[in-house]
Amino acid sequence: MNAATLPGQAADKRARVILTPEGLALPVTLASRGSRAGALMLDVMILLFGIIAFQLLVTWIAGGLLEGTTLDPSAAPRGAQEFLMIVLVIVYFAAWYGYFLVQELGPRGATLGKRMVGIRIAARSGGSLSPEAVIARNLIRDIELFYPIVLILTLLVMNAGDEDIGPLPWVATGWFALFLLLPFFNRDALRAGDIVAGTWVIERPRTKLAEALSTQGAAAAQGASAVTGARYEFGEAELSVYGEKELQTLEKMLRDATPEALAAVHETICRKIGWNPGAGDERAFLEAFYAQLRAKLEGDMRFGKRKADKFS
Amino acid sequence: MKAPILSSWFGRGEIAAPPDIASATLRSDRFRLEREGEWRRLEEIVARMEKGGLRRIADEDLLALPTLYRTAASSLAVARETSLDAATLAYLEGLVQRAWFQVYGPPRGFAAWLRDFLLGGWSRAVRAIWLDICIALFVMVAGSVVGWLLVAQDEAWYYRLVPGNFLDTRVPGASREELLQSLATEESAAGLSTFAAQLFSNNSAVCIFAFALGFAFGIPSLMLLVHNMAVLGAMLWLFNGQGLTLELAAWLSVHGTTEIFGILLSGAAGLHIGRSMAFPGSRPVLAAASEAGQRGAVVMVGVVIMMIIAALLEAFPRQLVDGTGARFLIGGMMLTFWLAYFFLYRPARQQPGDGA
Repeated sequence: MNAATLPGQAADKRARVILTPEGLALPVTLASRGSRAGALMLDVMILLFGIIAFQLLVTWIAGGLLEGTTLDPSAAPRGAQEFLMIVLVIVYFAAWYGYFLVQELGPRGATLGKRMVGIRIAARSGGSLSPEAVIARNLIRDIELFYPIVLILTLLVMNAGDEDIGPLPWVATGWFALFLLLPFFNRDALRAGDIVAGTWVIERPRTKLAEALSTQGAAAAQGASAVTGARYEFGEAELSVYGEKELQTLEKMLRDATPEALAAVHETICRKIGWNPGAGDERAFLEAFYAQLRAKLEGDMRFGKRKADKFS
Repeated sequence: MKAPILSSWFGRGEIAAPPDIASATLRSDRFRLEREGEWRRLEEIVARMEKGGLRRIADEDLLALPTLYRTAASSLAVARETSLDAATLAYLEGLVQRAWFQVYGPPRGFAAWLRDFLLGGWSRAVRAIWLDICIALFVMVAGSVVGWLLVAQDEAWYYRLVPGNFLDTRVPGASREELLQSLATEESAAGLSTFAAQLFSNNSAVCIFAFALGFAFGIPSLMLLVHNMAVLGAMLWLFNGQGLTLELAAWLSVHGTTEIFGILLSGAAGLHIGRSMAFPGSRPVLAAASEAGQRGAVVMVGVVIMMIIAALLEAFPRQLVDGTGARFLIGGMMLTFWLAYFFLYRPARQQPGDGA
């Protein structure tokens, strides 16, 4: 595969290629570290608010259980209280470990936070994502995130209470920093859990199929403009100025640029191919130029001749 | 020209009928228009699979999925060589990638995985890390010996080793009666189930911690094991001083054979990761780490199950069953069960080459 088949991605540092069992090279884009941090923050927020909401709900439903017995604590219904405590302990345990596990094992391979920022996890080998890998990467999260934060918070509380805590804060901060910075020290932005599980986090493509350009406007009408009726025809010399990179830039412009931007492109192209730039019919001109340039380049392509850009 | 973005938020947008194929002047666009319908059908099936489960998908769609996927994949291969339409190429790449995740998705559902895990997968993973289990066992025995020796030399070590909440009557200098009392049963089962739930949550967290620490070449896992067992050594010394070793062992064995076994396994699983990262052999370090990590994860799921059983044993039989013999019987049975399950139970693999 050469640079021309993957426009704009060859230069991208986050572009990777996975090989499907059909032998097809599929480009994937690694998720940026920022989007992963954002996804994690979203997930932690969702968990936190979910647990707070659950706690409030339990207090609302069962608060009377405790209140009604303030006069005589020994008369409290022990069984019900105990049951409630068990439910709470188990719910918190299941929430912390289950939230990530269940969602990443699902068909989307992403938690709610990851889905919001548009990323998912995948096996680094290109094979299928096994449950073991998902379990491993989520168990490691504990030492990366949970324990250092709890430790640092505990130390802060102890420090506020004027206790001598020695060099422990530095150890805890160093530990936290080590895991936090790990994704910056490897090519694929792997965190410790990814290394152990053999996974990586990639962007989830969400591309809609765009219109076929050669069925609309002047491209479909053999270069004839609907506005002026003029017919744009370009010769061999004029079409061999540009290559594939310029063609695909023009395609992007035709799909979503403003008329002013199109006018600027129109002027540039006219100057380059030695035409006298007119005004008022830029879109038809560009559509005709696009269709004929693409026809020529694709024709050459079938004979194995490729022109990556205007310099080649 | 752009499709309104809001339409993608509310239900399935109307799909515009593709333009007449003959109206396309470019050969590559005609190629695209001819196959567009199949791509869109594949996209729709994949989107429904992503939303949840296979149940909502018609049989004929499910049967068509592999064919449609291969069509799209081959369309992509052809388009790369014949078309310069960047938008279509990007769409096809995204579509094939999404379909690939579904076609080559997780091989089994969670329920099937769990069944395989209980019927052989777990004991297979435990047997695979036998060397690490031996090392961890050695370290744990050494840890309790160290705890004993430290306390025997200087009683001040006892207070450093044994955490504060243990400090009830079980301190150096306690009388035989006080120590015996701490091993006695509770009068009723009230309050014990909360105790069990907290024990489970706490112990599982310690085990997961020991496993996760294996990432740092396994050394912190071993240190955690040494520390935990030093506490045990100190307690043994204390009770031995009053001639109560047997009673303590019986009291501990009820849940300890399960709980300490679980801690042993999680330490060994952590060590397994650390060891394969330090000595990857002929494989790349990352490949070795992920192979060991996935094997360790299987062991860890099992450890969480062991911790549930241990917490139940600790809260109920240990506090309610009296008598050294009866306690040893329960503990011994659990130990026999675990050893038999891990090392004697070897069912044939149903699908060779399957799993991690």
